[in-house]
Amino acid sequence: MIAELGHFSLILALGLATCLAVIPSLGVYRSRMAWMQLGGSLSLGVFVFVSLSFACLANAFINDDFSVAYVARNSNSALPIQYKVSAIWGAHEGSFLLWILVMSGWTLAVSLFSQGLSVDMRARVLAVLGTLNVGFMLFILLTSNPFDRSLPVFPLEGSDLNPLLQDFGLIVHPPMLYMGYVGFAVPFAFAIATLTSGRLDSAWARWSRPWTNVAWAFLTVGITLGSWWAYYELGWGGWWFWDAVENASFMPWLVGTALIHSLAATEKRGVFKSWTVLLALFAFSFSLLGAFLVRSGVLTSVHAFAVDPERGMFILIFLVLVIGSSLTLYAFKASGIKSDSGFEITSREALLLLNNMLLVVAASAVLLGTIYPLIYEAFTGGDKISVGPPYFNKVFVPVVMLLFVVMAVSTGSHWKKTSLDRLVKRHWIPLLGSVIAVSALLLLFASKFEPIVVFTNSVALWILVSLSTDWISKVQHKRDKLASLIKQPLSYYGMLLGHTGIAVAIIGVSITIYYSEEKDVRMEPGSVVTLAGYDFRLNSMSKITGPNYLADQGEIEVLKDDESIVTLYPQKRVYRATGSVMTEADMDPRIFRDLYVALGDPVGEDAWAVRIHYKPFVRWIWFGGLLIAVGGFVTVADRRYRKRVQRQAIVDTAGALA
Amino acid sequence: MKFGKMKTHRRNRLLLVVFILVSSGGAVSLALMALNENINLFYEPEQIVRGDAPIGQMIRAGGMVKAGSIVRSSTDLKVTFVVTDLRESDFTMQYEGMLPDLFREGQGVIAHGALNDQGVFIAEEVLAKHDENYMPPEVSKVLANAHEADGEEKPESTL
Amino acid sequence: MSDLVGDAVNAGGDKLQDDKQLQSALNPPARQTLNKILLIPLAVFFVLVFILAIGFRLEDAHLLPSQLIDRPFPEFELAELHDEQRTLTVRDLQGEVSLVNVWATWCPNCVIEHPELTRISNDEGVPLYGINYNDDSAKARAWLQRYGNPYRFNIVDNEGKLGIDLGVYGAPETFVVDASGVIQYKHVGEVSTRVWEETLEPLILHLRGQLEEKAGTD
Repeated sequence: MIAELGHFSLILALGLATCLAVIPSLGVYRSRMAWMQLGGSLSLGVFVFVSLSFACLANAFINDDFSVAYVARNSNSALPIQYKVSAIWGAHEGSFLLWILVMSGWTLAVSLFSQGLSVDMRARVLAVLGTLNVGFMLFILLTSNPFDRSLPVFPLEGSDLNPLLQDFGLIVHPPMLYMGYVGFAVPFAFAIATLTSGRLDSAWARWSRPWTNVAWAFLTVGITLGSWWAYYELGWGGWWFWDAVENASFMPWLVGTALIHSLAATEKRGVFKSWTVLLALFAFSFSLLGAFLVRSGVLTSVHAFAVDPERGMFILIFLVLVIGSSLTLYAFKASGIKSDSGFEITSREALLLLNNMLLVVAASAVLLGTIYPLIYEAFTGGDKISVGPPYFNKVFVPVVMLLFVVMAVSTGSHWKKTSLDRLVKRHWIPLLGSVIAVSALLLLFASKFEPIVVFTNSVALWILVSLSTDWISKVQHKRDKLASLIKQPLSYYGMLLGHTGIAVAIIGVSITIYYSEEKDVRMEPGSVVTLAGYDFRLNSMSKITGPNYLADQGEIEVLKDDESIVTLYPQKRVYRATGSVMTEADMDPRIFRDLYVALGDPVGEDAWAVRIHYKPFVRWIWFGGLLIAVGGFVTVADRRYRKRVQRQAIVDTAGALA
Repeated sequence: MKFGKMKTHRRNRLLLVVFILVSSGGAVSLALMALNENINLFYEPEQIVRGDAPIGQMIRAGGMVKAGSIVRSSTDLKVTFVVTDLRESDFTMQYEGMLPDLFREGQGVIAHGALNDQGVFIAEEVLAKHDENYMPPEVSKVLANAHEADGEEKPESTL
Repeated sequence: MSDLVGDAVNAGGDKLQDDKQLQSALNPPARQTLNKILLIPLAVFFVLVFILAIGFRLEDAHLLPSQLIDRPFPEFELAELHDEQRTLTVRDLQGEVSLVNVWATWCPNCVIEHPELTRISNDEGVPLYGINYNDDSAKARAWLQRYGNPYRFNIVDNEGKLGIDLGVYGAPETFVVDASGVIQYKHVGEVSTRVWEETLEPLILHLRGQLEEKAGTD
């Protein structure tokens, strides 16, 4: 019964979402105040019924209702409770319900926090979000209903959640990612609303900014968590694979990064208006494209959902309708937008433009590499190729290196006009100092001297130095230095944190890539392997029993200079319900290095294949990612900014409706 | 004042257009060059047996792991096994290192590596898939081709 | 014209007297000028859609072939799961239109399709034979004890040899074998009620019809 209730409330939510898509827009065209104002309560209704539906599916999972086919496929009565909950989004149908929950949540949030927006603008925005809700709900109801029962006969036991997904990282990773993906629907809706209203001033940038920043910050968290999960769960010690699904989340992130920067320029200086609108459309388009790539099966990936042509077709049509119509609208409405002001070639605007260009180029390069197998296949009549990580490294890395240089230079640049002399004067000492410092550090501490690492880390250090001198310069000439530090706007601190995070991640990525060591070895109890100055000794192998699996567990003691520092317990698990074999790596994480041990197959009597990694600075990658995300969240809390928004809202409303 | 702004505007616009043209052209050619160097063509067992695959060049190859063909070294992690299209074409693959969790006899496998002079495929990476029921499209195509070559029709079936 | 309206809106403060004016403020007439450069994103997008659609169409062509169709079921001599002394051969599959299901304990979707197979075996009067593929016999027996055993017998194929002869990709797969032991159809993936109703049942009825006709003419 409860599953039917879930299905039913999803249908109700679809009905309400349809109203949300239609009534406020009709209100705008017929100038009916009451219709326009219905958006708020309709958004609430949609959210309530979607939540109810989600709760029903959760209930089916928690109570092991295996008559629901989706539950039977992805859960098992022996599954620990936290994984029963996360199993809701363990496969296609449920994860899409989560997607819809997030979508309706963002819609509600917009209706709640946009009270200050002019009535017609709010109606337009909510109508666009309502339309997207309708599309997603139709998709799930028509092609992937998670509430389908397998009656009258159903399995007494479920077939279990994929063991790879039985993990903390996978509990939190998809919700974060979806918050980001779907969150880009908000700037998208604002952009469409602006285009339809014909009021292409910079007010929309002011409105979209906090939403975009939050969505982008969530996406950052999602990607960071995904990378961390891949690192410890896949057992290969890799943290980024340029896999189609990873790329699907990375492309909207790159475009979103361009968007938050260009929004800043549009809001503060009234420039790039048309471009910013386009980016807002792109960011969400890339999210949808990602959903298509992941869920249609056109690309193969380790994370991809099961193939179903019907679903792929639906998303493709949805993609064409949403993106096609919004780009058409853009082509017809965005002409004639004029910038409010000009700028010099060395101004902050120009640097931001450069940033945007580079990010879009980077995103396009990733897109090209991701879909190139499709293009190749189409033109050769079915020959299969894969585009390996070397392509991405070759194309993506130079572009982002350039981007980082731009980032370092832009710190402390001025709007409108920054003289070249000033930039040179400001930067040559930090730059030179960074190169010398990094070279010295590498010569002192590193096992080898890598010119590329000198370059990347010098840029990272240069960014850090620029950021701190800029920070100091803000208070240098003030009397009360502490008070002026506190008085700096939070959006400024958000920028500092975000850019610091990038520098930290650059350090982590480049050092991990160039200084990691790894060995695949055959080990028997008693054998010792030396890697990066550490001795790994396999003391013993044992069999252990987990809640829903059996495992072979190795006890590997790590010694440095004959002193034991840690004992690691990597496992090879066999999950009872499915018989799936899983490598459960164990690691010793430290700030400056990880030791990582994974168990392979048994290779003869008592002997096991063992993979050992030494990964310096690998934690910095995810720490950097989290800093970036925190930076994004912090900007939203900017008090000064919120005040200005409110003040502006009054002006907007007065202007539009008098 | 206004006049000056216009001028800046125009100059900026021109510079912008030139910049976009040059940089996008550069980026595209860079990307295409990198693509050409880094695509890995997939070869089927039949093509490898026939000698269509280049020797000593990074390619991808795959098929089904032949039952009973896995031979492990007793001293290190070297392993050899036979990859087949379940028809007539078999070739030997050699790999040193840890195999993915889902590697087993009778299952599909795809590897990155190169053929040596003896026609043995030296794998640098054996690909892991996360789903037991998942058949990489390349491998299913191998099997499909093998059976098409037998002159059989291809009736509908769904996965 | 449109610029004027836009300006009126942006300037703010102008009192709009009636609905008509409000309406024109909310919905300014579409700009007639079309900057062709702005069409570029749309064009790029359609190229992308074209590529995706092609990839998508090709993906359909990747559907698995059902090889061995209209071929006799391959020869084998293998043990029965519960009675290892007994040797099963292809002769044991002949005589009646039957379903041969490839399953294993390591296969999650086998659990999913199991109730439907049980129902078919119990209610539809179609003999169901199992091939326990690449598995451990003790585990397989325990699995059947747990979920029930709808199979008339189970062919033990621990080495996967028969599976290879059959061109099995994985489990579950289900073959429709006619009375003379010729494979008529292969279904890859789980057997659901829908698969039964739309594909297997019509085919089996058709094959049985042929069988009856044959019996009639004899």
